[in-house]
Amino acid sequence: MVEMSRENLFNAAIAGLLLALPLGAWALGESYYISVASRVAILALAGVGLNLALGFGGMVSFGHAAFFGLGGYAAGVLSHHAFEGSAFLNWPLTIDGSDSTLTLWFAALLVSGLVAAVIGAISLRTSGVYFIMITLAFAQMIFYLAVSLPTYGGEDGLPLYLRSSLPGLDLSDDLTFFFVCYGLLLLAIFLSLRLVGSRFGAALQCARQNETRLSAIGIAPYPVKLTAFVFSAMITGLAGALFVELNGFVSPSILSWHLSGEIMIFVILGGVGRFYGPIVGAALFIVLETVIGGYTERWQLFLGVILLGVVLFARGGVIGLLAGKARHD
Amino acid sequence: MSAAFIFEQLLNSLQLGVMLFVMAAGLTLVFGVMGLINLAHGSLYMVGAFFCAWVAGETGSFWVGLGAGLVAAAAAGAMVEMLVMRRLYDRDHLDQVLATFSLILIFNEGTRWVFGAQPLYLDIPSALATSVPLPGGGGYPLYRLVIIAFGIATAAGLYLLISRTRLGMQIRAGESDREMIGALGVDINTLYTLVFAIGAMLAGLAGALVGALQSVEVGMGEPVLILAFVVIVIGGIGSIKGALIGAILVGLVDTLGRAFLHKLFALALPPAEANGYGAALASMAIYLLMATVLAWRPKGLFPVNG
Amino acid sequence: MNKKLIALAVAASVSMPAMAQAENVKIGMITTLSGGGSSLGIDIRDGFALAVKQGGGKLGGQDIEVMIEDDARKPDKAKQIADKFIKRDKVDILTGIVWSNLALAVVPSAVKGGVFYISPNAGPSQLAGKLCNENYFNVAWQNDNLHEAMGEYVSSQGMKNAYILAPNYPAGKDSLAGFKRFYKGELAGETFTKLGQKDYAAELAAIREAKPDSIFFFLPGGMGIAFMKQYAQSGIEAPVFGPAFSFDQGILKAVGDAALGVKNSSQWNKDIDNAANKVFVADFQAEYGRLPSLYASQGYDAARLIASALKKAGGIGDAAAFRAALKVAEFESVRGAFKFGPNNHPIQDIYVREVVKEGDVLTNKIVGVGLKDHSDAYASQCAM
Repeated sequence: MVEMSRENLFNAAIAGLLLALPLGAWALGESYYISVASRVAILALAGVGLNLALGFGGMVSFGHAAFFGLGGYAAGVLSHHAFEGSAFLNWPLTIDGSDSTLTLWFAALLVSGLVAAVIGAISLRTSGVYFIMITLAFAQMIFYLAVSLPTYGGEDGLPLYLRSSLPGLDLSDDLTFFFVCYGLLLLAIFLSLRLVGSRFGAALQCARQNETRLSAIGIAPYPVKLTAFVFSAMITGLAGALFVELNGFVSPSILSWHLSGEIMIFVILGGVGRFYGPIVGAALFIVLETVIGGYTERWQLFLGVILLGVVLFARGGVIGLLAGKARHD
Repeated sequence: MSAAFIFEQLLNSLQLGVMLFVMAAGLTLVFGVMGLINLAHGSLYMVGAFFCAWVAGETGSFWVGLGAGLVAAAAAGAMVEMLVMRRLYDRDHLDQVLATFSLILIFNEGTRWVFGAQPLYLDIPSALATSVPLPGGGGYPLYRLVIIAFGIATAAGLYLLISRTRLGMQIRAGESDREMIGALGVDINTLYTLVFAIGAMLAGLAGALVGALQSVEVGMGEPVLILAFVVIVIGGIGSIKGALIGAILVGLVDTLGRAFLHKLFALALPPAEANGYGAALASMAIYLLMATVLAWRPKGLFPVNG
Repeated sequence: MNKKLIALAVAASVSMPAMAQAENVKIGMITTLSGGGSSLGIDIRDGFALAVKQGGGKLGGQDIEVMIEDDARKPDKAKQIADKFIKRDKVDILTGIVWSNLALAVVPSAVKGGVFYISPNAGPSQLAGKLCNENYFNVAWQNDNLHEAMGEYVSSQGMKNAYILAPNYPAGKDSLAGFKRFYKGELAGETFTKLGQKDYAAELAAIREAKPDSIFFFLPGGMGIAFMKQYAQSGIEAPVFGPAFSFDQGILKAVGDAALGVKNSSQWNKDIDNAANKVFVADFQAEYGRLPSLYASQGYDAARLIASALKKAGGIGDAAAFRAALKVAEFESVRGAFKFGPNNHPIQDIYVREVVKEGDVLTNKIVGVGLKDHSDAYASQCAM
C-alpha cells in the first residue's frame, strides 16, 4: 500500500508537470513549447487507448496506428470538405463536411470504433504473437489503401486550413488547444480507471490472466475483450483527430507501422498497465527525440541505445523504476 | 497472354517465395527454440548485404563478398544474442518488441555511420548475368534460377540439420520443452547463441543474394521483415515446414497479384483507374491472405505444439 | 515562484527589441539526413553550405544564421521542426525539404504565416497551382517538368510504342501524366507499382510480353537501382528513358554499368558551360571530395538565390522588397538561364543527358535539349 501511494503521488506530479510546462511557456511567450506539450498530451492519449487493450486486457496490438490514422482521416476529411464546401457523401444519405469540433470528434470515435469492431472480431480469434501480427496486417492494409487511393491526396495527404470550432472556445489559440487535449487526456485516464475498477474491468483483467477461469464462472472472454478493444481503439482514434488538428494536415504517415511501434513504446516506457504511464512514455520519447535531434543527425542511434537501456534495466517502465514494482493486478 | 508469360510469372513467384523462406526460416527458428520475437531480423539482412557489397567491391569477387556477408551477419547475430537477447528470454513479448525495435534504430544509424548515406554498389557475378531460354519463348534470368537453387538448398540443409544432427536434436528438444534440455546437460547459452547465429546467417544470405538483385541501402530490412513475419504467421510460428509453405503462398499471391489484378479490373473499368485500383489491391493482397488464413486457422497452417 | 516567473517573462520581453537590432537573417533548413533517402538531403545541405562558405559565412553580404535539422523523411516530424523554427527561433526563411509529401505538410501553413520558403527540390502540383503563394519559391522544378521533357524527347526519337511505369502514389501519377502530356505515340502499357517495391520480375515479364519500342520509368531511390539492375538481366532490348533521379551522381555508382547509355532528363549537369557552374563543380569537389549531384546544385542555387535577394533588398527587414528581389532572381544559376514564372516556379531549359564513363567513374554528359524555356502546366491554376 505504501508503494501504491508513492505511485499516486508520482502520478499527480506527472499530471502537474505536463500542465505546468505550457503555462510556463505561455508566461515566457514561448508558444512553441505549448505545442510540444499538446503533442505529448495527444500521443499520451493514444497511449492511454492502447494501454486499455494492452495493459489491462493483455491484447498486444501492433496496429493501433490504424485507429489513430482513421480517427485522423475521419476528422481531416470532414474538415477538408467543409473548407471546400463540398459533401463527403451524397448517396444513400447526404453527409456534409463539417468544421464543428464535436462533429469531427464524433466521426473519429465512430469510424475508429466501427473498424476496430471488425478488426477485433477477426483478430481476437487468435492470441499471442498471432494477435500482434494480425493487427499489424490490418493496419498495413489500411496504410496501403490510404497511400494508393487518390481521392484524399494519397501519400501526399491533405493540408487543412482551419482549426475546427468548439462552442465558447478558440481552438486556434495554442494554449486553449492544449487545455482541450489535456482535459481529454485526463478524462480518458479517469474513464479507464473507472472501467478497470468496474465489474467489466475485473472480467477483462481476468481474461488477460486466465481465460479458462473466466469461462468457468460463466463469462465468455471474447465479448469482454472485443468491447475493451473497441474502447481502446476509440480513444486512440480521438487522439488521431486531435493530432491532425494540431498539425494542420493529415497523411498516411500516421497509419504507418512505425507509429504503431511508437505508441507501443509510450506504453512500455511509462510502464504497462499503469494509468499515467503513457504520459511519462510519450513525454520522455518526445523530449529525447527533440533534444537529441537538435544536437546530432545521428539521434536515432542514441534514441535506440537509451530505449534499449530502459527495456533491459528498468523493468516495469519508468514509473516502475521510480515508484516501485507494484502493478495493478 | 501466352503460356510462357504465365510460366514466367510462376517462376517469379517461386523465386520470391524461396527467398522469403530463407529470411523467414531464421525468424521462425529463433521463435521456435527461444520463444523470441526479433524485429531486428531485417537489420541482419541489411548487415549481410552491406558486408557482401563492401567486400565484393574490395576484392572484385561476389562470392568472396557473399561469404563475408554470411560471416558478418552471423557474427552480428551472435553478438546481439550475447549482449541483448539473452536478457529477454524470460520477458514477455512486449519487452522483446521494444528492445528489438531499438536495435533497428541502432543498426540503421550505425550502418549509415560506417558505410555512408549513399546506396552501395553490388551486382551479380557477370557469369550469371545472362538469361536462360524458356519453353514457349522468352528468357529467364539465370541469377534468379540460382536464387531458387540456393533457397531449395537451404530448405534441404535445414531439414538435414534438424532431423539428422545432434544440434538438430537439441533444437527439437528445445522447441518442445525448454527447461528439460537444460536439465539434460546441454549448454543452453551456447545452443541459443548458435541458433541465433544460424538464423542471422540465413538473414544475411537472403540480404546478400537479394541485395545484388535490388539495392543495398540503409533501411532495406524493414519491408522484408514485415513480409517475413507475414510468412511465418501464415505458416504457423515455429514451424520450418510452415515457413516454406507460407513463403511460397506469399510469393504466389504477391507476384500474381501484381501481374494479373489490374488486368482483372480492366474488364470493368477504364485502364487508368483499373491500373490504380489493381495496384492498390495488389499491395494489400498478402495482408488479405494473412487475415484470411488466420481467421480460418488462428494458429497458422501448421500450428506448433497443438 | 510565480513572481519569479513573471519577472523572467518581463526580462525576456524587454530584451527582445534590443536583440532584434543585431539580429541575423535566420534560415531554417529541414531536410532528410538519416535513414533511407538521406543522401539527397545531405547533398542539398552540402550544396547550400558551400554557397555560404564561398560568401565567407554570409549570404549577399548579410550576416546569416543557418539552423539545420533532420526530418527523418516523416511529414509530422518535418511539421514539428518547422513549428520550432518558426515559433521559437523566429526564422525568416525555410528551405531544404526533399519530398513532396513533407513539403505539403510544411509549406502551406508556413508561408501563410509570413515565412519565406525556398524549395530546393520538391515541386508538387498543388503548390504550383491552387496552393501557390507569394512567399513560396521553387528553385528546382515543378515535379512534372523532367517527365514532360522526357515525353517530348522520346517522341522526337521516333518512339511510337512506349511502356511506362511509376509507383502508385501522387508523384508517380503526376510523373506518368507529365510524360503523356508531351509524348505523342501509343502506349504499349502503363503500370503502377507498389511504393517501395524492389522486385520487378512480374513487371519485366509484362513488359517483355507487351513488346514496347521504349520504356519510360520514374522510380526514385532504391526502387530505380533495383529496376535498372533487373532490367539489365531481363534480356529486354527496348531502350530505357527516365528523369534524372535514377541516374544522378549520388546513385549512379550503385546502379553500376546497367545505367550506361541511358538517356535521362535534367535541368542541370556538371558539364553545362558557364562560369558559375565551373566554380561550383570545382569548389564542391575540393570541399567534399566527391562529384556534385543534381540535388547539390539545387541546394547551391537555393542559397545563391537567397543571397541575390538579400543583397538587392538590403536584408529581409522589408519583406515586400525581399519578395520582389527573389522574384526577379538576379543570380547566376549553375544551370544557366533561369527565371521565375507567374507562380514562382522556374522557366528553364530541360536537358537530355546520357550516362557515360569518365575513366572509372559513371557520370552524365548532355546530349540534347528536351524542352526549351519550359514552365509548368499548373501556372494557370495559380491565382496570385
